[in-house]
Amino acid sequence: MRRLLLAAFAALALSAGAAEAQNRTRLTVYTALENEQLAPFKAAAERAVPGIEIAWVRDSTGVITARLIAERANPRADVIWGLSVFSLLQLEALDMLEPYTPPGASALRPNFRSPREPMTWTGMDAFVSAICFNRVVAQSRGLPRPTTWADLLNPAFRGQVAMPNPASSGTGFLTVAGWIATMGEAGAWDFMTRLHENIQVYTHSGSAPCNNAARGEYAVGLSFDMRSVALRNQGAPIDVIVPTDGVGFDLEATAILRGTRHLEAARRLVDWTVSREANELYGRYYALVAHPDVAPSVQNYPPEFAQRLVNQDFAAMAARREEILREWTRRFDGKSAPRN
Amino acid sequence: MASLSWRRALRPTPTLEQRLVGLSLALAGLLMLAALVLPLASVLIRAFQDGEGRFVGLAHVAAYLATPNLAAAAWNSFWTAAVTMLCVVPAAFAYAYALTRCCVPLKPLFRAVMLLPVLAPSLLPALALIYLFGNQGMLRWLLMGESVYGPIGIVLAQVFYCFPHAALILSVALSGADARLYEAAAVLKAGRGRIFATVTLPGAMGGIVSASVVVFTLVVTDFGIPKVIGGQFPVLATEIYKQVIGQQNFHMGAVVGLVLLLPAVAAFLIDLWAQRRQASVVSGRAVPLQPQPRPARDGPLFAFCLLVAGLLMGLVGVAVWGSFIRFWPWNLELTLANYDFARFDSAGWGSLWTSVRMAFFTALFGTVLVFLLAYLIERGGVGGPLPRLLGLAATLPLAVPGLVLGLAYILFFNDPANPLGFLYGSLALMVLNCIIHFYTVCHLTAVTAIRQLDPEFESVGASLRVPIWITFGRVTLPICLPATVDIFVYFFVNAMTTVSAVVFLYGPDTKPASVAVIHMDEAGQVSAAAAMAVAILAINILLKLLHLAAAGRIEQTTQAWRRR
Repeated sequence: MRRLLLAAFAALALSAGAAEAQNRTRLTVYTALENEQLAPFKAAAERAVPGIEIAWVRDSTGVITARLIAERANPRADVIWGLSVFSLLQLEALDMLEPYTPPGASALRPNFRSPREPMTWTGMDAFVSAICFNRVVAQSRGLPRPTTWADLLNPAFRGQVAMPNPASSGTGFLTVAGWIATMGEAGAWDFMTRLHENIQVYTHSGSAPCNNAARGEYAVGLSFDMRSVALRNQGAPIDVIVPTDGVGFDLEATAILRGTRHLEAARRLVDWTVSREANELYGRYYALVAHPDVAPSVQNYPPEFAQRLVNQDFAAMAARREEILREWTRRFDGKSAPRN
Repeated sequence: MASLSWRRALRPTPTLEQRLVGLSLALAGLLMLAALVLPLASVLIRAFQDGEGRFVGLAHVAAYLATPNLAAAAWNSFWTAAVTMLCVVPAAFAYAYALTRCCVPLKPLFRAVMLLPVLAPSLLPALALIYLFGNQGMLRWLLMGESVYGPIGIVLAQVFYCFPHAALILSVALSGADARLYEAAAVLKAGRGRIFATVTLPGAMGGIVSASVVVFTLVVTDFGIPKVIGGQFPVLATEIYKQVIGQQNFHMGAVVGLVLLLPAVAAFLIDLWAQRRQASVVSGRAVPLQPQPRPARDGPLFAFCLLVAGLLMGLVGVAVWGSFIRFWPWNLELTLANYDFARFDSAGWGSLWTSVRMAFFTALFGTVLVFLLAYLIERGGVGGPLPRLLGLAATLPLAVPGLVLGLAYILFFNDPANPLGFLYGSLALMVLNCIIHFYTVCHLTAVTAIRQLDPEFESVGASLRVPIWITFGRVTLPICLPATVDIFVYFFVNAMTTVSAVVFLYGPDTKPASVAVIHMDEAGQVSAAAAMAVAILAINILLKLLHLAAAGRIEQTTQAWRRR
């Protein structure tokens, strides 16, 4: 009898615990968002979507994407929130994304959401290729301030430019893809061949060119616009220049992973990520967000920013990635010793 | 060889003891299979498969061989590794020689400083090299117009990073010596150079070979240093990074991983060859060598140790200073704000605690496993292929880039069919991964220590009908206790600083501090990244100080026989 009572108590305790756990479903969210965005994003989502708890796994785009693909046989993430659309297209090709159209997603800009029906991913915001320009180094070496990509071909920049190696870094590939979209296939290869003369180093890390330009290692680092905010806040003398002759861009996007054990909760989170409120949150960090009615509150961007974005066909670029990288590697990779 | 067969002849039927040894070896074999061989196989098999798991033969290998500049990358890997080896091994030998065979002052300090490079996350030397020799560097003129981003930076950073590995192995190799050999040589009126060449060097040859092999393999397989400071100088190891992280192409990554295993196989063969030539230094009748003061030798060696220690401390010192400044090189104002980690990473100081737990369990279980297994392989008296295969397995991890090992653990332990799948995402799996990742150097250290003991100890034990585990507990372990503690410390400090494998394995609540360092650096928070790295360094130094304090006690209680 005592044993029976004990068992009953144990069962009761267990079910109570289970009920509490069910009250708040713990969603494992893989992301490549910037570190400082994690806490505000988590707080806002947990406030807006009752009953979920966000457990972040955050790493750089390359590492998180590699992890997702390696875990394919037995996915561990429930939701991807804040990862390059190119990575999501890779996962889509491997049939790893759960098709789901969140209510309200049709209000997003058309090129900021999956063209499939139902959708496989939804965009959050755009980040663009940009030039990190060190004023102090430029002044001491008498370098003009570039405003276009073409300006970087000026022989004065010989050995002053760093960019990420597109074979090692998604940032690097996006930069190259943007040039191809702006200048056309032949024009882009011609541009890169001439730019190659001015390159000091192709780095393996996507963040290194801007970080090192901030330290004065190079005068110019090619990277993404958002990289620079933290650097400028610490007093680095860099300007972020969004070239006026067209820039390639990448989307941060959201998706549900096929095979999630918390599909219902994952859907509720994703429903919120396309909402107006969520887009206002993105607008605190990015100059162009998916929701067309939301005016971003982030500072220091030119007003006509959106017009500089080239028309980018993500799916076509993703499909041609291997071919582009092979050609790039053949032409430029490791071809010359670093210059000074 | 003769004594071995003689021993076998004495004991024709397997005793309980032999069965136990055999059983332990079999268990160790199973562990190596589950934690190393099968995971590696699950990733390397992809070198011969397409995306759907179909066999494609050598198609990926052929594609890899067609990579432009492959020959240049292979040559670059080879010559930077060779130059690093030629710099590190003689320097480490002189340093270890001074610490073990001479009467130089400040020995405990030199012993501690020697390990400094493995105590610090690799970001610190990389940052220090940029601060010193980068384009805004304080000592840039030393490079005479050459850029640090390239082979110069790679070799400088690798020499710094590999020095402790070589010095650790060599100081173990040099610490056992039979004074009778030196007395005999002196009586025979051999000159000092001749004694060095005919007694000291042969005695240490096994250690020298091991150290060379370790350094060479470390340089060839490490992609962290070329990635940060190598600029676009192509080497083989960065190919893995390009394939796996840059392009998520696991098939090509597996091919490069296979290629990088070649040095390990070569290393095993060289080690086997050296083992045949290595005689035991400490025989049962050995009289321990007590270094005698000799100013003509001790003076220059002391100066050399001071120089090496000064360089090591200087490089780390620059990076520590870098953790207290606002922003290099524009705002050098000193501040403590960089240590307020919660501002930069939501886990704040918590990730350090995760790291400490992971490192402690790695060190605890790793040391027990390494030492027992090394002993059973060397002295278990079990014939057949198993001990030799286990020896090969133990030398393998050194040649496996951490990236490949991390990927291997995902593919193997995350497989729905794997009964060990429950380990996935846990700290336990990260611990297992770290043990395997750093296994080789620990194994070589243990083997070097054990080989210096005369097998007669076991023979005498056997003829007195003392079981092998009593001999192990009463003789081998006490004599080797300093090496055992060294192994514990090595495991701990490496687990504190490792990134390349665990970056694939941590979960939402188990992000280690070493990964947090990388994240802060990527986000442009360089000073904060340096601060977190310094916090890791401080914990490692603390452990090292504890080690030094304990080493004095251990020396008194277990090594008294070395004195006369």
